[in-house]
Amino acid sequence: MTFSPDLEARFEKLVASYPEGRTRSAVIPMLMYAQDELGAVTPELVAEVAKRCKVPPIQVEEVIGYYSMLHRKPQGKYHVQVCTNISCLLVGGEELYHHASKKLGIGHKQTTADGIFSLEEVECMGACSWAPAVEINYDFHHHVTAEKLDVLLDSLKKPQ
Amino acid sequence: MLFNEPHPLETRVLTKRMHEPGYNGTVEAYERYGGYKQFLKAVEMTPDDIIGEVKTSNLRGRGGAGFPTGMKWGFVPRQSPKPKYIVVNGDESEPGTCKDRVLIENDPHLLIEGCLIAARVVGAERGYVYIRGEYRYLIDIMERAIDEAYRAGWLGKNIKGTGINFDLRAHSGAGAYECGEESALLESLEGKRGNPRIRPPFPAVAGLYASPTVLNNVETFAAVPSILEMGGKAWADLGIEKAGGTKLTCLTGHFNKPGVYELTLGFPVEKMINEVGGGVRGGRKMKAFIPGGSSCPVLTGDEAWPLNMDYDSMAKAGSMLGSGGVILMDETTDMVKAALRIMHFYAHESCGWCIPCREGTAWLKKLLTRLDAGSGSARDIDLVGDLAKNMLGRTFCPLGDAAALPTMSIVKKFRHEFEAKLSRPVSVPVTSPDQLVSLG
Ligand SMILES: Cc1cc2nc3c(=O)[nH]c(=O)nc-3n(C[C@H](O)[C@H](O)[C@H](O)COP(=O)(O)O)c2cc1C
Ligand code: FES
Repeated sequence: MTFSPDLEARFEKLVASYPEGRTRSAVIPMLMYAQDELGAVTPELVAEVAKRCKVPPIQVEEVIGYYSMLHRKPQGKYHVQVCTNISCLLVGGEELYHHASKKLGIGHKQTTADGIFSLEEVECMGACSWAPAVEINYDFHHHVTAEKLDVLLDSLKKPQ
Repeated sequence: MLFNEPHPLETRVLTKRMHEPGYNGTVEAYERYGGYKQFLKAVEMTPDDIIGEVKTSNLRGRGGAGFPTGMKWGFVPRQSPKPKYIVVNGDESEPGTCKDRVLIENDPHLLIEGCLIAARVVGAERGYVYIRGEYRYLIDIMERAIDEAYRAGWLGKNIKGTGINFDLRAHSGAGAYECGEESALLESLEGKRGNPRIRPPFPAVAGLYASPTVLNNVETFAAVPSILEMGGKAWADLGIEKAGGTKLTCLTGHFNKPGVYELTLGFPVEKMINEVGGGVRGGRKMKAFIPGGSSCPVLTGDEAWPLNMDYDSMAKAGSMLGSGGVILMDETTDMVKAALRIMHFYAHESCGWCIPCREGTAWLKKLLTRLDAGSGSARDIDLVGDLAKNMLGRTFCPLGDAAALPTMSIVKKFRHEFEAKLSRPVSVPVTSPDQLVSLG
């Protein structure tokens, strides 16, 4: 498998980041970065990461089910994560989640038909003092209201 | 970026640089404000002297358990022929907690200097900053800072001619609360599923790759340079007896002015809520108070008002200082729903490794769902209390306790709210989307 030059460089650095014989440590970060480029963890990727980290493929397979951010199916171009954990719940996180669900017409871990948005109700993501919080892909949005979310989602939807 | 206004009652020790106008957290800026001088000082000191200062400072771990840091560093067998490691816990997933983010985002070199000093103490030549996957932008910031530190000669071989070698890397997690637990974090760092390890041996003796490891929270490492700068005694004196220094405190929930503030240990709760946090939202009454993340036993408003924000004060009141994630709930809060949402989290995050936690949290979630929906029975309320109590202390790692403690306290202190819901019509389906959002 070949990846973009950036990802190749990152892989090279990752493999060199751990002591001799400890390249298994690179498995999870490698899956995270590769998944961003490929859109999902594919069977080919599993084989490739196993090869590069010098581990049996089963050792790659077994982490995929464990970590909530690793996924075998592609998500939307914009993955909208709404936190409804306690600090967000207290200031309207749940209402915000329902609003997003209604607006996008999809539920938890679903993707819109055009593939632009996917939605996930997530656990605390470390934005509790600036709640309610939404993370779209890797961008944090704080003090989100239904109106702010509408503007945000509409602006993402426009072809760029 | 700082996401909330500072407050005059803060005592800025760890956050002092980031509040300087124009401070951008680069290595140049950090050096300009005296950065990396404490590492050079540490090189002149013996490891025992450094540990001595840290012990004098009364610094206790800021990740939640509050273990004395100097003592922990002292447990590392420095004479062992094995390599030693420094591991930073930047998993920050305890609900209510968002402070490590402030430190890494705004002053990443402070964390690097803290790691260097720890490395100097135990003779470690490698370290990892484990950061939760959702914080990708912080991993990028950390990597940039690490690259700068290499270029400026603060990392790598023979650092500034001291003969000390130290390599540091940022490492991405991939979404798992359990990986904040130290032994699960080490498993994850080794590329495995984040299941906890049996202890002893503790990480200090057999941590990363079964080698001696100093594992601390981001804030703990970030506190160390200021301890050497001020001296352990002066640092301790910022706080109170047995709890030195300052704590980054995250005010969340029903505050008028929520935010992350650096407050001295022992800061009065009343002053923290009414002055720093701008009071309870809308001038309402405080119904419940969680001092440090959702794993702590819940206090009633009346219990919390007279307390101080320190380990002993919270322990005496039956709770814990925890991670510094304060969660305030005003009188409008539905405590049954709060208990359900908290359990929902632990059931989702239970790693499944041990049965009491895996089955206990799932069962508790079902019961609380039923009670919240109004279709539970009085027996269910007792069952929730009993189940939580029986889970306590019987799980492989403290995640089970983290789920049990808030639940037991809510059932005990707010039982009337559970009872009030019993009289609701039983026709509400348990899985109604309005009652329980779809999280699986
Ligand atoms: C379920 C669970 C989750 C935890 N999550 C974190 C975390 O996100 N960050 C953290 O620093 N410590 C966390 N801890 C505490 C760590 O196990 C450990 O005590 C801490 O990192 C030690 O560092 P300290 O002494 O500097 O606090 C967690 C503990 C448990 C049981
Ligand atoms: S509770 Fe929502 S970000 Fe922490």
